[in-house]
Amino acid sequence: MSKKLVIHSAWCKGCGICAAFCPKNALEIVKSKVHLKDDALCIKCGLCELRCPDYAIYVEKEEE
Amino acid sequence: MTKRFQLLQGNEACVEGALAAGMKFYAGYPITPSTEIAERSAIRLPQVGGKFIQMEDEIAGIAAALGASVAGLKSMTATSGPGFSLKQENIGYASIAEIPIVIVDVQRSGPSTGLPTSPSQGDYMQAKWGTHGDHPVIAIAPSSVQECYNETVRAFNLAEEFRVPVIFLMDEIIGHLREGCELIPSEELEIIDRGDHNISGMTYAVGEGNYVPEFAAFGEGEHYNITGLFHDDGGFPTNDNHKAYSQGRRLLDKITMNQDAIEKWEETDIEDAEVVIVCYGGTARAASGALEKAKEIEGFPKVGMFRPVTVWPFPEKEMMKISEKCKHIIMAEHNDGQMLMEVQRAVKGNVPVSFVGKIDGTTITPDDILAAIREVYEDAK
Amino acid sequence: MPSKLIENTMRVNRLPHIWCPGCGHGILMRDVAQAIDNIGLDPDKVVIVSGIGCSSRAAGYMNYNTLHTTHGRAIAFATGVKLANPELTVIVITGDGDATAIGGNHLIHACRRNIDLTVVVFNNNIYGMTGGQYSPTTPHMEKGTTAPYGNIDYNFDIPKLAESAGATYTARGTAYHAQQMTKLIENGIRHHGFSLIEGLSVCPTYYGRKNKKGSTIDMYNWQKDNCIDVKKAANMSAEELEGKIIIGEMSVADKPEYTDMYMKIIEKCGGNK
Repeated sequence: MSKKLVIHSAWCKGCGICAAFCPKNALEIVKSKVHLKDDALCIKCGLCELRCPDYAIYVEKEEE
Repeated sequence: MTKRFQLLQGNEACVEGALAAGMKFYAGYPITPSTEIAERSAIRLPQVGGKFIQMEDEIAGIAAALGASVAGLKSMTATSGPGFSLKQENIGYASIAEIPIVIVDVQRSGPSTGLPTSPSQGDYMQAKWGTHGDHPVIAIAPSSVQECYNETVRAFNLAEEFRVPVIFLMDEIIGHLREGCELIPSEELEIIDRGDHNISGMTYAVGEGNYVPEFAAFGEGEHYNITGLFHDDGGFPTNDNHKAYSQGRRLLDKITMNQDAIEKWEETDIEDAEVVIVCYGGTARAASGALEKAKEIEGFPKVGMFRPVTVWPFPEKEMMKISEKCKHIIMAEHNDGQMLMEVQRAVKGNVPVSFVGKIDGTTITPDDILAAIREVYEDAK
Repeated sequence: MPSKLIENTMRVNRLPHIWCPGCGHGILMRDVAQAIDNIGLDPDKVVIVSGIGCSSRAAGYMNYNTLHTTHGRAIAFATGVKLANPELTVIVITGDGDATAIGGNHLIHACRRNIDLTVVVFNNNIYGMTGGQYSPTTPHMEKGTTAPYGNIDYNFDIPKLAESAGATYTARGTAYHAQQMTKLIENGIRHHGFSLIEGLSVCPTYYGRKNKKGSTIDMYNWQKDNCIDVKKAANMSAEELEGKIIIGEMSVADKPEYTDMYMKIIEKCGGNK
């Protein structure tokens, strides 16, 4: 099973909580929307998902 | 086995009527002169598998009753003046959210705590206009213990059929009056229950020419939203003026377009009456007495009586018809002139309308009404 | 595409919600949804009741039987729903003003009855919907638009209030501590009796700005740094706990539940036949 970080940009209000509390500093806010800097940085821990007030970012489990 | 004929108080008959109609939930707060309704509900409801709860205040009483109605039970709450004022916001909520409920107001005298607990009919206008904003409401005023029974059944039926709050506008006279009452069993009555609801996702949508959406109880599978905000057909809040109009219009139209089915009145000796007494609720008892006495007074005009039983919406068409035949109308009510304004509006100046009222806590007597008839008669001479 | 959890628990076509950027309410609403999902409740039997205010808009977004009522009255409506049909799981989402000011009376009496409701208070320490007036949980001497010189009221400790009124499960969590908050709500729903879970929210728009709490992130960091778990707090001195907020399960008690007791009355009266 692999995991993927998904950004549902339409719902992002750019508050920056996900980026501020990302343990690997893998996220940034560009023009009021969240972006993944580099997939290699992301450990798919899902903390961003738990703290996103707008359900705009989450970790998806993919069956292989 | 319940005895079919019983000597009951109006308040007790109201509870028995509610049970016959299928009431399964009561929530309220004690207040004279309505408390016997709560007390009898507390005894009777668990006997039929229903639920009674005494809430922490009047507002919670109507709120819990509305919650129970949403969960599928026919619900009632009862109060008197001060409590009726407190319940107003949630009466408006019931109107816009279209939740069936019967609210009994056993009227007492005066604003605020007033004259506890002398009789009055001072809440007539409040029954219609007490909650803010344009909204639909039905109000029924019984004038005998038997009517407390029968008309409570009709109040529940109307609440279910039109998904509106129905105000059962009693007064202290009728609430505490003891008379023989026939407890007509449910099987012999017309009882309107909630129909089946098709899960559609458009829970507030109505078909062409229809004004009342089907009602789904919580727990039956339709995950819908109920709100006191103006909402679309799906039940979700909207700021769209067209949708707000469409909902607001339908809410009002469901009463006005069905007014014939909602209206009810009693006419006595009206055909050739020169003077017509208009009255409702407890005051009708005094008017009936006056009617009998008037027949015996030589030279008195022929007197008839028009008694609206459904007091909101007001039966304006019938009132107009009566005004086309009679010479004078006397409005007798236990306040300073509330239905009087409806009568004046309805008769459009066709005939003079005089008034008999009281605001001192004493009752209107047959003699008070006879005096008003005499005045008309003397003036005519 | 939103996540599976959101698709399973929310009315996706109603989203995004109306709350401001950074508002903690969205996190707390997700925690409620996650708790319901974790327990695996039948959505047909879940009822969400809310009052009026920012918090109470949650009802409209959640894909259950939802009842958005009048200001302060959510718990009274919920009492009617639950007593009418005890098979329903009834969750109240309310705010600090809705639950403890205008609705304070209903709160304490529902606690006293120990009726099986789960009340989740989204506490943002302010009246947000009306633009930042002080509420019963605005801390002493902090500001609101109606407390321009500082709030001389003292604030409620909501779980303590609920516990002393008779609630049999009380807890406090925060928007920052989302996992713990979810667990607290889950435990509250599972608890058979009246449960109150206070969720400390974050209101950057009004409370934060009025009280110079810095950025949205500063406000979440404040929760991270100043909230102490109740177990850890047990070993700390009064000086160490000065200015800190205790989170976690505050009280759990075992007491007969209201609707159970009423059903026994019905049985006694023969109304169950």
